[in-house]
Amino acid sequence: MEMIKTAVELLFVLLILTGALLSAVSSVGLIRLPDVYLRSHAAAKSATLGVLCILSGAFLYFAFFLDFVSAKLLLGIVFVFMTSPLSAHLTGRAAYRSGVPLWNRRIQDDLKGALEKEQLKEQAKTDSSSS
Amino acid sequence: MIHFILMLSLSIMVISIAICAWRLVKGPSLPDRVAALDTIGINLLAMVAVLSILFKTEAYIEYILLIGILSFIGTMALARYIERGVVFEYGNDQDGS
Repeated sequence: MEMIKTAVELLFVLLILTGALLSAVSSVGLIRLPDVYLRSHAAAKSATLGVLCILSGAFLYFAFFLDFVSAKLLLGIVFVFMTSPLSAHLTGRAAYRSGVPLWNRRIQDDLKGALEKEQLKEQAKTDSSSS
Repeated sequence: MIHFILMLSLSIMVISIAICAWRLVKGPSLPDRVAALDTIGINLLAMVAVLSILFKTEAYIEYILLIGILSFIGTMALARYIERGVVFEYGNDQDGS
C-alpha cells in the first residue's frame, strides 16, 4: 500500500510538472512565431495538452489522497478538451476572414481559392434573386 | 518535495501568463490579442487546479469549470465580433433578407 501511494505521488507530481512545462512551451511559441495562424496553433495545441495533464494530476491527487472522486474535474477535462481547439479554430477563421495577412515566407494558401469561389457563388445567388 | 514542485510549476505558469500578457498588449492584430486572452484563461484554470492541490481542498473545483466556460464564451463572442462586426444578429432568420 505504501508503495502504491509513493508511485501515485510520483505520477501526479510528474503530470503537473509536465503540464506546467508544456504551458511554458506554448507561451514561448506565442511570443516567437511570426504569424497569427502559427501563434494560435502553438497556443491551442500545447496549452490544451498541458491543462489536460494538470487536471489529470489533480484528479489523481483527489482520488487517492483525499478519497474524493471528483466528477466536476472530469467534466472540466472533457470541456477543455472540446472547447480549446474550437476557440482556436474560431480565432483563426475570424483572422482570415477579416484579412490579417499571412507570413511573407509562406508556401501556399489553399483557403484563398476556396473563399473566392464561395464569394462568387454568393454573388450569383444575390444577383439572380434581385433580378 | 511535493510542495517544492507544486510551487515550481505555479511559478512557471505565472511566467507563461506574463508572456501571454505581453502578447496581449503588443499583438499587431485583434485576433492575436484574442488568442493570447484565451491562453491566459486556460493557464489560469490550470493554476486554480494546482492551487487546490496545494491547499488540500476541493472547494475550488467549481471555479475550474466556471473559468473554462467564461473564457470559451468570451473568445467566441470576440471572434464573432471580429468576423462580422456584430455579436448578435437580427432579422435574417429564415428568408435571408
